[in-house]
Amino acid sequence: MADVALRSVTKEFPGGTLALDDLSLDIPDGEFLILVGPSGCGKTTALRLIAGLDKPTSGQISIGGQVVNGVSPRDRDIAMVFQNYALYPHMTVQRNLGFGLKERRTPKREIERRVGEIAAILSLGELMKRRPAQLSGGQRQRVAMGRALVREPKVFLLDEPLSNLDAKLRVQMRAELKRLHQKLGITTVYVTHDQVEAMTLADRIVVMSAGRALQTGPPQVVYSRPANLFVAGFIGSPAMNLLSGRADGSQVVAGQLAFSRAGVPGGDVVVGIRPESLGPASDGRPSLELEVDLVEPLGEVALVHGTVAGAAVQSGAEEEKEILAAPASRAPVTAIFTAADQPAPGDRVRVGVAADRIHLFDLATGAAIR
Amino acid sequence: MTGQTTAASRGAASRRAGERDRGQFLFSRWHLILIPVAAAMLIPMIWMLVTSVETLNETRHFPPDLLPHTVRLRNYSDVLLHAPFARWFVNTVIVTVVSVAGNLLFCSLAGYAFARIKFFGREVVFVAILATLMIPFQVVMIPTFIIVKDLGMINTLGALIVPNLAGAFGIFLLRQFFRTLPVELEEAARIDGASRLGVLFKIILPLSGPALATLAVITFLWTWNDFLWPLITISSADNMTLQLGLTTFQGTHQTSTNLLMAANVMSVLPVLLLFFLAQRFFIRGIASTGLKG
Repeated sequence: MADVALRSVTKEFPGGTLALDDLSLDIPDGEFLILVGPSGCGKTTALRLIAGLDKPTSGQISIGGQVVNGVSPRDRDIAMVFQNYALYPHMTVQRNLGFGLKERRTPKREIERRVGEIAAILSLGELMKRRPAQLSGGQRQRVAMGRALVREPKVFLLDEPLSNLDAKLRVQMRAELKRLHQKLGITTVYVTHDQVEAMTLADRIVVMSAGRALQTGPPQVVYSRPANLFVAGFIGSPAMNLLSGRADGSQVVAGQLAFSRAGVPGGDVVVGIRPESLGPASDGRPSLELEVDLVEPLGEVALVHGTVAGAAVQSGAEEEKEILAAPASRAPVTAIFTAADQPAPGDRVRVGVAADRIHLFDLATGAAIR
Repeated sequence: MTGQTTAASRGAASRRAGERDRGQFLFSRWHLILIPVAAAMLIPMIWMLVTSVETLNETRHFPPDLLPHTVRLRNYSDVLLHAPFARWFVNTVIVTVVSVAGNLLFCSLAGYAFARIKFFGREVVFVAILATLMIPFQVVMIPTFIIVKDLGMINTLGALIVPNLAGAFGIFLLRQFFRTLPVELEEAARIDGASRLGVLFKIILPLSGPALATLAVITFLWTWNDFLWPLITISSADNMTLQLGLTTFQGTHQTSTNLLMAANVMSVLPVLLLFFLAQRFFIRGIASTGLKG
């Protein structure tokens, strides 16, 4: 059990790629911290630096109050689960689980006890004599977790551990991971690009981009109060709708949408509205006309895609270009409707939003205006 | 749709069955080439076997008989009695086993360093080692001889072993193979507490069976059959290897062909045996992988 701290850690790879740019993090003992961001944002690099697999170019990393910059991975008392599991192919599950303990000269009886214990927690009992090639993806994943947990490490590092599982298994393992963390309380650093995993699992999340931490906080706070345009566009699924607008005095206008917000400095702004905040218009609320071109029913609710008058804004967090090609004078917008009010493609509907659920960002800096 | 699929798969199944039948009971076209080539390879072996059980006079027939008139197994006991054949055999086994073991160990260590450890000048040194593969043995023969002589090992088995404990080919072969293994396995082992050597011996080498077997077989063949180097470094009969000893059956005035062939049969047997054992190993390959995909 230990806290982890990164102080102004920078990592530059040969060739000049700046993977981490002055990253500072404080992870208290027992916390489940998730580093989330698009690929290439430096999250895996940060994890590898904590593990000791790579060395930082500058900055300080400490585990349990001790600076570990010069300490080899084996002496850091950490455990890591790799994206591809990295199980030893020539060893049975039992030997895979016991390898770390054996390397640390744990008495044989102790190894047996702890391997048995972890196998029971992860229900691996029947698989002990099998080799990795004879296991399914989910079973390999559990063995990989078991191999990490059996050593009772100070810090538990996971690098996209669920990304190779199918959707159903991923949801199951996500819950299993959370339960394990609640039970064992080991400080955990978890890397993912999947913001649903980040939202559901983390005590705190760190949204990263281009080697920097853009916002750190509990998932609910990052979701409801994104610090900047990038975080706003990255966290939340479907992504927040972003429209270009203008603030004048306390009045903000973006296309048809108009509302007042006290204390807004004048100038170009970005108006952000989450799809789940948009609903059928009602009197007195700011509203805009949505021309529906696609409806995705999800059972209880339906995702309604369409366009509104105005100009769209890219947040930089989009991994793919907008699928719906909107004409320049119109901006794509997604709203979530209940199945009962669901419109049909081609309809024009008025959607409204509560004024206090509209996010505002400075167009030039991307910073949230509060 | 479903009907078509089943009909198609039935068709495929019967075609496959047909191929299997042809493979078992009839010749494939390849056999027209393979059988004559195999025969051409086998005839010298048979000739050697037959000659080894003939009398000296019978060996002088031409064209040679491929079926022996007599079976004179005394040739074999004569070889064992009149020449220190057992001694040569033991010498060859010692030299070969130590050379193979040395190559496996030292080439693994060097190959791993070149594959995974970053150090200053790594690529330059590696290319320099590779370049030695292009230098013919005859060029380095005399310098090597002088070094071995300075080490005081001329006319000892050491002269045959020490220069062959590691080789550029083995280092290259193993480096290439080690590079194909996923780095994550090593990283996982390092986090689990293994040292560099621990990673090599407990993770890398157990997964490198095919490459190690290849290196072992090649080193074995090379060392077992080497003639030139033993010829220039070994002078006393006691320290000869099989290949060198066999030449003592060839006199200036008379060659006991039948005895020479009996000795030859005995020296070829271990090589044939190894080939059949190793062949099975090559085919097995890497059966399992712990990685997804």
